Order: sequence, then structure tokens, then C-alpha cells
Amino acid sequence: MPAMPRLVFLATDIALALLLAALAVYVWHVRRSPELRATWRPVFRDAAAMSALVVLSLFLLVAALDSIHFRPVLPRAEGAAADAPAAYSTRTYSVLDRLLRKPMEGTERTYSAPLAYLSYSKETVEVDGRPVREFPRLAHGGAHLKDPAQQWLPDLLQRSALGVGGGLLAAILLAAAVVAARAGTARIPFADCARAVWRRETEVPLRAVLMTAGVLLLIVGWVAAIWPAYHVLGTDRTGNDVLYQALKSVRTAVVIGSLATLATLPFAIAFGILAGYFKGWVDDAIQYLYTVLSSIPGVLLIAAFVLMIQVWIDKHPELYETGLERADVRLMLLCVILGVTGWATLCRLLRAETLKLSELDYVQAARAFGVSHLGIMRRHIFPNLMHVVLIVAVLDFSALVLYEAVLSYVGVGVDPSTPSFGSMFNLARTEMSRDPPVWWNLLAAFVFMLALVLSANLFAGAVREAFDPRARAFRPRLARSRPAA
Amino acid sequence: MLNYILRRVAYGVLILVGVNLLTFVLFFTLNTPDDMARLNIGGKRVTQEAIEKWKVERGYDKPLLYNGRGDGARKFTHTIFFERSVQLFAFRFGASDSGRDIGYEIRQRIGPSLAVALPTYLLGVIATVCVALLMVFFRATYLDFWGVTGAVVLMSISALFYIIVGQWFFSNLLRLVPISGFAGGWNLAVFLALPIVIGVVARLGADSLLYRTMFLEEIGKDYVRTARAKGLSEAAVLFRHVLRNAALPILTSTVAVLPLLFLGSLIMESFFGIPGLGSFTIDAINAQDFAVVRAMVFLGSVLYIVGLILTDVSYTLVDPRIRLA
Repeated sequence: MPAMPRLVFLATDIALALLLAALAVYVWHVRRSPELRATWRPVFRDAAAMSALVVLSLFLLVAALDSIHFRPVLPRAEGAAADAPAAYSTRTYSVLDRLLRKPMEGTERTYSAPLAYLSYSKETVEVDGRPVREFPRLAHGGAHLKDPAQQWLPDLLQRSALGVGGGLLAAILLAAAVVAARAGTARIPFADCARAVWRRETEVPLRAVLMTAGVLLLIVGWVAAIWPAYHVLGTDRTGNDVLYQALKSVRTAVVIGSLATLATLPFAIAFGILAGYFKGWVDDAIQYLYTVLSSIPGVLLIAAFVLMIQVWIDKHPELYETGLERADVRLMLLCVILGVTGWATLCRLLRAETLKLSELDYVQAARAFGVSHLGIMRRHIFPNLMHVVLIVAVLDFSALVLYEAVLSYVGVGVDPSTPSFGSMFNLARTEMSRDPPVWWNLLAAFVFMLALVLSANLFAGAVREAFDPRARAFRPRLARSRPAA
Repeated sequence: MLNYILRRVAYGVLILVGVNLLTFVLFFTLNTPDDMARLNIGGKRVTQEAIEKWKVERGYDKPLLYNGRGDGARKFTHTIFFERSVQLFAFRFGASDSGRDIGYEIRQRIGPSLAVALPTYLLGVIATVCVALLMVFFRATYLDFWGVTGAVVLMSISALFYIIVGQWFFSNLLRLVPISGFAGGWNLAVFLALPIVIGVVARLGADSLLYRTMFLEEIGKDYVRTARAKGLSEAAVLFRHVLRNAALPILTSTVAVLPLLFLGSLIMESFFGIPGLGSFTIDAINAQDFAVVRAMVFLGSVLYIVGLILTDVSYTLVDPRIRLA
């Protein structure tokens, strides 16, 4: 029986899995509760938010695939005893690594431009016994071409056509399947349903969702056709595929955006409710605590924590076995630090909301009935704070993803071996001043980060409008949507 | 009024004590000075003598809180806590771990920091208010819709991207301005033009959305309806009435930032090679110079607290209805 690869559970893997599970529970809870369903309804009717959700789901999928780690079994050594324990590779792979095996292992020696078959810089090679300066062929990019000068463009066009065609086909199939499913449940003819979707007459903006999914499928199809033979976004200084690095960075960004927000919640909720409910000296003490924390400029406070954590990690090598685990300990601690230093804003909001709630009649009634303090806080106050928590959490996600890049630049972000958008920007700084500039690293980081942050922002905007009635008044409206005078 | 300010200052001092204790715990008890010495000297095999020498040179060889060998008050003054934390209240920052006088460095570097931060702030406020007013003036049109969309896109782009692309486009490609550096006199404008423009653009998206909200809040009020009812044009309503009334919340919301301008911007200064406090801090973080980081944490909180007090005072100045007791 072949030995199974050994699963590796990194701290952030577990946290991310728990988070996804909690998200699933929340979705199930929303579906069951009519009030919550009604509150969420505007979000699901918003075309921009739903399109953003499609993009976000794709990013989450990439992050989830990159969060299942394992160490494969090494082939049995010659002459080893039959019952010897299986040896495991010292490298840890994720499911994403295995799916993208070819670009991951197809490293070049140094920079190469997107889709190129020649290296970025000239090297001295020997031709007929004489040294010649020329652009050498890449080891993997376009290696299958016999006469690249002639074949490169036709090959690229043929692959593009194939990929885009495949993507288009998949998009059409998906659209047909969705329309058919909807026609089936609503018991209307397929053509009517398709027309309703096209004319934006459906409750959920299916046209926008399907169009976004279609564009994504086209891109995925094109990349899938090109990637096996070329480096779609070139290679970086050490010859690693840039698109692969960017996909790996997605996980780092998602982990920081979600786990750091999660880490703020216990402090913010506990302290916010305590301060607002008990008032008096408890309130004074908690206010003092968060004023102290927020009076230190954010980057400096985080830098101070991270410098200390770094010394601590170096002192405790027993916490990790491999370099990846070491980097992961640092990533996890960075999230905790962002949580410990970042709870002041949410805490202030929750305190104010609790102050308001604890004066309301139903809380007074609960008090008169002799419900314990803990019971009132848990059953009557906490559930009514959830909308504030939700709004702040979704707004923080995109801010944290942007913040990670700045922290990495300052040198207090993720471990240098962890792929992240911040380290890509860092490299891009020197690369753009080369001549000709190496622009693909910057482009990759920019496109991926913009897609992630923009969709998070659009989704967060819709969530805020749904949960905060005041925010709805400021939505840009076109004149035609107003009633005629 | 004076009474109130005095009370706020006293509370501010209390906050600073908290900041000080926090940094002390963070820097000296979580890791001992020995650990810091090892990190600073570098390498795995550092002899104990080298560590002792490093500590003596920087005054980290004393006990943390209580010196049993001293006499009288020196039992407490000859400790790391007194020399490194209490002294900060007198703005005596001491020497950095690399041996330079931190106080002197700060005085030297505040000027360049302000030279970038102040114009960025002023131009930024003017530009964002103009953009927000335009969006409000053309509200319920495509201009408003695409303005908001554009602002959301702008704020979804990392500041690092603006800087890198700006430097590449204006310095490498067009060769309009030097890529980085700092000089006195008229050359200053040439060096500062790009960082200031990029600083304004990087904040434009988020801030103009915020100000647009403030203007729209103001526009729903009764006096605006009155102004319209008596036949004023929309432009007059907006620029004469709404702008003036909305300027107050906008100003009070940005007063808190004013003192922090002294600290400069970390990434701007390091990208453009401006010898301000921001690049000082980044260099210290990269060199793991804990003394400088501690000093900057303290300075930052002092400025933040000054900002809080200024905000409170500015409320009473612009709105006579608010009385501070």
C-alpha cells in the first residue's frame, strides 16, 4: 500500500478553515432567519456587490486551495527494510502548488518578460567555439518551439484562440445552466427566463453576475492555454514565475485581511460591551486603555511589537520544523499583533452603541426581571451589536490588505520568504529603475491587489448600505431613478 | 475653558505614562537586553563578553526597576526604567543604539518632514474639498456616479503603486523632476513637487468620498431649503451656504492630524530620500535600533494627544453653542 502524504496543519491554515466554517454557519443562519434575510436582500440585489462577490469567491477559492498543506512521501531508498517508516519530503506543498506544478518548477535563471522565449538580459554563450553576447533561450518559456522567430506568434495566437474559445464555451454553458435552473424552479419557458435575465428583470442581478463570471472564465481559459508553454507574466529576479507568485500572495493577503480583523473582535466586543454596560470606573479604565493604544502611531506600535516578536521567534526554534512553518508562525503572530493593536476603533463604536442600548426599555425590563448581568450582555446586547461588527469587519478587510503592503515595505510585515503583494512592490521599486524597466512584477501585484481590494470595497459598501440606514442616503443616484416631479 | 484644557492636559500626561509603561514592558521585559544585544550584534555565536560590552556602552547593564547597590534616590535613578523611560517626559531622548544623539537628530529632521507633510496636507484638503463639491454640485448625474466610482477605484490602489509609477513616469521617462533627494533654496520645490502630488492623489479617493458625505448631510438641512426657496441659484446655495457650514466639521475632523504632520510620512520620505523623521524611523526599524523606535513612539503619542486637545478646542472656537466645562 503506498504511504499517504503527511498533512501539515499550519496555524493560519487551521484559523482560515475555522473562519470559512464560521462563514458557512452564518450563511445558514441568515437563510433561516427572516429578519436577517430581509436585511441582506439589498446586498443581493446590488449588481456591483454581486459581481464583486463572484471575484471575491474566486480569490477565496485560491486562498483555500493554498491552505491545505502536505509533505509528500519520498521514494523508498534502495535497500531499506520493508517495514522502515516512510520518509517525507522536507518541502511542504499546498494543493495549489500541485495544481500549478509546471509553472512552479519551471524556473528560469533570472528575469524574462511576459510570454517571452528569450531571456531579459544578454549573456555570453559559445557559438561555434567563439563567445557571443546574445539573449539566450529560456529553459521553459517557449521551449517547445523549434524556430521561435517564425513560430512564436502563430503558436501564441493559436493557443490564445483555443483558450479564449474554451473560456467562452464554459461561460455560455454556465449561463445556460443557471438560466435553465432558474427556469425550472420558476416554471417558465427557458427563452422567457433568458430574456428576463438579459433585461435585468430578475431579483438577483443575474446578468451582471454571469457577465463577471464569464469574463473571469475567459481569463482563466486564456491563462490555462498559455501557461503550460510560456510564463504568462514573466519571471522575477530569481527566475520564479510571477503569476504563480501573485497567486501565492493572494493567500497572504486573504489571511491578513480576515484573521487580523478576527483577532480584533474578542478585545473590541468584550471591552466595548463592558464599558458601555457597567459605565463608571470600568468605562474609565477601558477608555484609558484604548486611548493609550490609539495614541501611538499605528505603524510604530506594530513595528515595536514585530521587532519584539522577531527576537522571541529566534529564541524559540522548537516552535517550528521547517522554514515554511517558521514563516507561518510569523504571519500568524502578525495577525495577532494587528488585532491587539487595532481594536480601539471598533471598541469605541461598540461602547457608544451599548450605552444607547442599555437605556432601552427591553434591557430595563430584563434587569427588572432579575436577569444576570452576563445574561443581559449575552442575550440582549451582543446580538444587537452584530451589525456594527459586520460593517467594520468588511470595511477593515480591504484596508488591511493595503496595509500589509506598507508594513512589508517598512520591514515589519510578513517573513521575507512569504510571497506577498508587499514584497512584490518592494522588488518593483528597483526593477522599475532598470533600463528597460522590468514592469511585469509591478503589473501583477497591481492587478491582483486592485481586483481583490476593489471587489472587497464594493461588497463592503453594499453591506454598509444594507445594515446602516444612514449610509443609504449618500448612494450616488442617477436622476432617472427619482420620481418625476 | 482654561480649567477644561488643564484637565485635558493632565489626562494627556496620564496617557503618556501608560504609553511609557507599555513600551517599557514591550521592550525590556518581553525580551531581556541580552536578547537585544544578540540580535543587534548579529550572528549565532555571540560571546557573553561581547554582549556585556554592548550593554555597558549603551547603559543597558543597569537593573530594570530597582538598583540595590545605589544609595538614596540613586536606588531608583540608576535604573533602565528611569534613564530610558522617565527621562522621556523631559524630552531627553538620550543616545540611539548606534551612539547618535536622538534629540539632535529629531531637531534636524523635523524641518524636512514638515516641508513635505504641510503642503501635502493643505493641497490635499483643498483638492479633496473641490472634488467633493463638484460631485455634490452635479449630484444625481453621471458625473456624480462616475466620480464616486473613480474615488472607490483610487482608494483601492496601494500608495506604493502611486509612488513607484509616479517616480518611473515623471523621473525616469519624462525626466521632469529628480527621482529622489533633498536640497535647500529654490531647488527644494523641484525635489518636493512629486512627493507632494503623489501624497495628494493617494489620499484623494477616500477623503473626497468622506467630504462628499459631509456635504450631502449638510444639504439636507432646513437652511438650505430656505435658501433655495428664496430663489438663490444652486451654485450660490452650494458655494456660499453649504461650503461654509460644512467647512466646520471638515476642519475639526482634520485638526487632529495637524501635530502628526511633524512625524512626516514613513514611505514617502524613504522612497524620495527626504531626510525627515519618517525616514529616520524606517532606518531605525531596519537597523533594529530600539532606542530610536522608543523615542519615536513617545513623540508620536505626545503629538497625538496635542491633536486631541486641539480638536476639542477647535469645536468651541467654530461653534459657540459648545461650551467646555
